[in-house]
Amino acid sequence: MKVVLPYLSNSHVALKSLIESFDHQVITNQPSKKTLSLGVQHSPEFACIPFKILLGTYIEALENGAEMIITSGGKGPCRAGHYGQLHKEILEDLGYEFEMIVFESLTDSFRDFFGKIRKVAGDASWIRIFKTIWREWNRLTVLDKLQQKVHKVRPRELKPGHTTDVFDEVVDLVAQAESIAEIKEAKKQGIDKLEAIPQNKDFEPLKIGIIGEIYVVLEPFANLEVEKVLGEMGVEVDRSIYLSDWTEEHSFFVPAEDPARDAAKPYLDQLIGGHGQESVGSTVLYGQNDYDGVIHLAPFTCIPEIVAKSILPEVSKEEDIPVLTLFLDEKTGGEGIRTRLEAFIDLLLQKQGRKEMKIS
Amino acid sequence: MNGYLGIDVGSVSTNLVVINEEQNVITNLYLRTKGEPIKVVQQGLQDLKEEIPADLEIKGVGTTGSGRKLASVIVGADIVKNEITTHAIASSHQVPDVRTILEIGGQDSKIIILRDGIVVDFAMNTVCAAGTGSFLDQQAGRLQIPIEEFGDLALKSENDVRIAGRCSVFAESDMIHKQQLGHSVEDIINGLCQALVRNYLNNIGKGKDILGPIVFQGGVAANKGIKAAFAEALDTEIIVPENYDVMGALGSALLAQQKVAKTGTTNFKGWDSASLDYQPSSFECESCTNRCEVIEIYVEEELAARWGHRCHKWDMV
Repeated sequence: MKVVLPYLSNSHVALKSLIESFDHQVITNQPSKKTLSLGVQHSPEFACIPFKILLGTYIEALENGAEMIITSGGKGPCRAGHYGQLHKEILEDLGYEFEMIVFESLTDSFRDFFGKIRKVAGDASWIRIFKTIWREWNRLTVLDKLQQKVHKVRPRELKPGHTTDVFDEVVDLVAQAESIAEIKEAKKQGIDKLEAIPQNKDFEPLKIGIIGEIYVVLEPFANLEVEKVLGEMGVEVDRSIYLSDWTEEHSFFVPAEDPARDAAKPYLDQLIGGHGQESVGSTVLYGQNDYDGVIHLAPFTCIPEIVAKSILPEVSKEEDIPVLTLFLDEKTGGEGIRTRLEAFIDLLLQKQGRKEMKIS
Repeated sequence: MNGYLGIDVGSVSTNLVVINEEQNVITNLYLRTKGEPIKVVQQGLQDLKEEIPADLEIKGVGTTGSGRKLASVIVGADIVKNEITTHAIASSHQVPDVRTILEIGGQDSKIIILRDGIVVDFAMNTVCAAGTGSFLDQQAGRLQIPIEEFGDLALKSENDVRIAGRCSVFAESDMIHKQQLGHSVEDIINGLCQALVRNYLNNIGKGKDILGPIVFQGGVAANKGIKAAFAEALDTEIIVPENYDVMGALGSALLAQQKVAKTGTTNFKGWDSASLDYQPSSFECESCTNRCEVIEIYVEEELAARWGHRCHKWDMV
């Protein structure tokens, strides 16, 4: 069957490979301005940007013959938990015919979860299913590890853009690997390639943590490539969320202890949906780990992140770590974001008493 | 005599400031951008040349504002700096112990918090234009009142009229509605000033430690109604510095002086750059799904600058 999935940056490589292992063809496009326009056109005006981009992604794929949409649900009082259902209603009203499979948390209902796996996997044996999931899980974690390496190399690269070019090749290597052994080999090669990039090893970059709602943190199209822009300005970034962490927590395994959630407790002791509590907790952790600043990415009108934002000034003061919140919506011009990022870097350098900067 | 030039190309106005070695403002210009940044920068240069003393030599240039890149291509800037930093620099130069800067410009508004002369926090509106100069401009036009008289009229208000400030579109319909009911123009304008201040403090001022001395700058600081509304809402004195409307340009002139003191030379292309022919053009790159809108600037038919692309395909060597 032709299948469409939400597009999540490089993680798409692993998700695509997982679904295609069961005789499907994934036809998701990387989101573009056209995707956004389609999504905006058919979404409720006050829906958030992840909702709109996903709807646009589905429409593009349905136009190209997609027959099945696979997505995730959610728990807690964030409306994104019902996005799958709402997308389905809208798409059916538009006259599309398709099957929609929404994976809810494993802990919500084992039966539902495994029933849906069976639907996607057809008549494959459970052993084959689990082996495949395990292989793709490995691919996903390797991609995340390589991404973390990229964040360290980029601010130190001598030729702007070099790291991004090499990373594109590395992702291809990981995508082509056919077994866990090959994935591991691709990881090793990838790390070597990234380390071979000519760098200024003496340069001590500013360190900024990136927090916020999962989709806008993970997908560069939604956040106007904030990680790359910061990296090329000479900043080492760290992301509070990786898809491999999230998956671990929400589906295949017993929910793990979440250090961010614990760290948030003095400020916010309960789940408020989405990643609100994690945003607060991650800021605490970045403060304790001597990061220079935190950038908070929030979709416009996102309630959990609005709540987090109103708590962050106190965290910022207590932990002595500057925080910049960026609300993201339909705008595709990156200049406004760049202006704020530049000013934020100026602020952090002033705070450190440092004057020199890689790019002014 | 040595001078340093600062240029701030904003959405509504383009400002040019020349300072001397002692950091005093020799001359400043406030021009309307009118959507033609290149033309207005060139016009500004020509006007400036007439105004400055004949023996003044430009030793350094800084550009800022949303058109800072473009301006830097035209004049040859020594430093290109974001407007948040330049505003803070100018403000603490004019009012050394400033701890809060309220800045309202054409299409954005910002708050900057300083402690001991260092920026410790800031915020800038991201997705909403309510409470910016453009909106005031538009309403003044609709009421057929020159924007310069807007503030004085607000001060003449005798009764409070509440205008919704959450969204500029709703504020406008609320104003029209109140007009139809028969409220006086003065009261409505005053209500609008209060609504803008309420929205500003509640939106970008949220969670910020607003301590005095408070400086109010940007084009909208000319509006006495808004100044009074801030003073009332914050229950404290509001300082509007002498060069309130050209602070970004002043800040970048100060930065240019600093920069040139280090490098020893300037990139300034001279006054002739005012008469060269600049042509911008743009195209959509079709190499990938990003579909970047690439901008090219031609000087005398030769490609001088290119930006807007995300990858490095269109980098100029």
